[in-house]
Amino acid sequence: MTDDELQGPSEFEREPVPPRAQLGFRSFIGMYAGEHTAGTELMIGPLFVAYGVSAFDVIVGLLLGNLLAVLSWTCLTAPIATRRRLTLYYQLEKICGRQLVTLYNLANGVMFCFLAGAMVTVSATAVGVWIDFPMPGLNDVYPNSLGWVLAVLGVGAAIAVVAAYGYETVAKIANIAAPWMVVVFVAFGIVGFRQFMDVTDTQVRSFDDFWQLASTVIWKGDAPQPGRVKFTFWHVTFFAWFCNMAMHVGMSDLSVFRFARKSWYGMASASGMYLGHFLAWIAASILYAYQLHVDPNNTDVLPGPLAYRACGVAGLICVVIAGWTTANPTIYRAGLAFQAITPKTSRFVVTLATGGVAAIAGMFPAIAMKLLDFVALYGMLLMPMGAVIFVDFWLIRKFGLHSDYAELSGRHFNWAAGLTWFLTLGTCYLLVQFAGVQIFFVSLPGWFVAAALYVILSKVYQREVQPSPRAEPPAGS
Amino acid sequence: MRTVVQTISWIACAATLLPSLLFLTGDMDLDRVKLWMVFATVVWFAVTSLWMGRKQGRFAPAGNQT
Repeated sequence: MTDDELQGPSEFEREPVPPRAQLGFRSFIGMYAGEHTAGTELMIGPLFVAYGVSAFDVIVGLLLGNLLAVLSWTCLTAPIATRRRLTLYYQLEKICGRQLVTLYNLANGVMFCFLAGAMVTVSATAVGVWIDFPMPGLNDVYPNSLGWVLAVLGVGAAIAVVAAYGYETVAKIANIAAPWMVVVFVAFGIVGFRQFMDVTDTQVRSFDDFWQLASTVIWKGDAPQPGRVKFTFWHVTFFAWFCNMAMHVGMSDLSVFRFARKSWYGMASASGMYLGHFLAWIAASILYAYQLHVDPNNTDVLPGPLAYRACGVAGLICVVIAGWTTANPTIYRAGLAFQAITPKTSRFVVTLATGGVAAIAGMFPAIAMKLLDFVALYGMLLMPMGAVIFVDFWLIRKFGLHSDYAELSGRHFNWAAGLTWFLTLGTCYLLVQFAGVQIFFVSLPGWFVAAALYVILSKVYQREVQPSPRAEPPAGS
Repeated sequence: MRTVVQTISWIACAATLLPSLLFLTGDMDLDRVKLWMVFATVVWFAVTSLWMGRKQGRFAPAGNQT
């Protein structure tokens, strides 16, 4: 099942999903497993090694961080989704007003564009295996050769045109490829591990042998590559927890779980976390660690060559399909977000233009090479609105205030929610710039800041702005 | 017929992984691993596209075609 099928037919965009349209647990397992085994996993795994992780930190940190992510979907997102059964955008519109949702769409669309750009970068590295041109290094910010620019433009244009014309075909290819991709990712890890055994002349007959090889050769916990922070257990844990923050804590997946019969279906996200964000990251990191072991001067994180060396043409196909099938829906969603801002423009034109922006972003390797930082920024940017939704649903009436106040007051911009967003981001910025809190951690205190700010600002706002006599009180308030 | 093509698909999926396991145990060299993986990949995509996501396709269950 594709994400779009989960979005459901258009009649549910502004009404709760009825019982007849609700879906079983298995539908969500397939969706999460497919969506989170993506091209970017081939960047993230190697970047862990570039950030100097140790074996314990990466394995146990990922186990814990992914568990926290699954619990966030299960305990924060799904309970609200299955009680209200509304899309994120409609629920936000009720709370924040149409104009603030437009601003949210703009932020979301821009971040989607950059994310799709990183996926285009991943796919373009496969082109470099067949055609000889200089590819970007770990610390490159700008495109470093004409060949690279043309490769990214070619891949990006193909993805954009397909997204604009035939999104459904790519969704079908993505569905067919998903089980095979998981298997190829596992093969990457197995081949890489055997190569390590060969190059170090090690025999692995027990868990102790495995751990010895893993902790002293593969994930040694050395100093990070220049320009990177040292990743500890807590970095890995928080990264795994927050890399999809926009979806769980940020509540984007309200649109997905509104179709779930029970809120515990949030546990289905474990399929994506432990296949994509554990197995795939571990496997990809082994390939990069092997490259560094063989040639310490070769610090380039290039998924195409890494996959080709391990699994040949099948590995290359995996890189292209993993990048393509995940860039496509990302560009499509970004296009939808932008189209919501300019509804009179055709979806075709908006998606094509969005794909063009993603292709240009993909030319700049800094986005992919700094993907860990970018993903943390993405989660942080949208997190405050998740806190607003959480407080508005569970807590705000306990303070004698109203839920869905934009709808109740007939306003298009709920300043309490808007200021919560801006002030939380400002606070996070100050914490990162002046208090030494790294971007990987700042979203945790940021969520509590947003929750507190929304209650305080709503107290003031709801005193100043009275409910509209024409507006019907929202259900449950 | 649908069961047959589904079975071939899952055999191809297993065959994509098997060469790497044989490489791990030292029973296959890397060049052969790459060759078998691309062969299994072609079979997976060719056969799986015949049934996955096709409710009323060529290999739909009997009585389901309209």
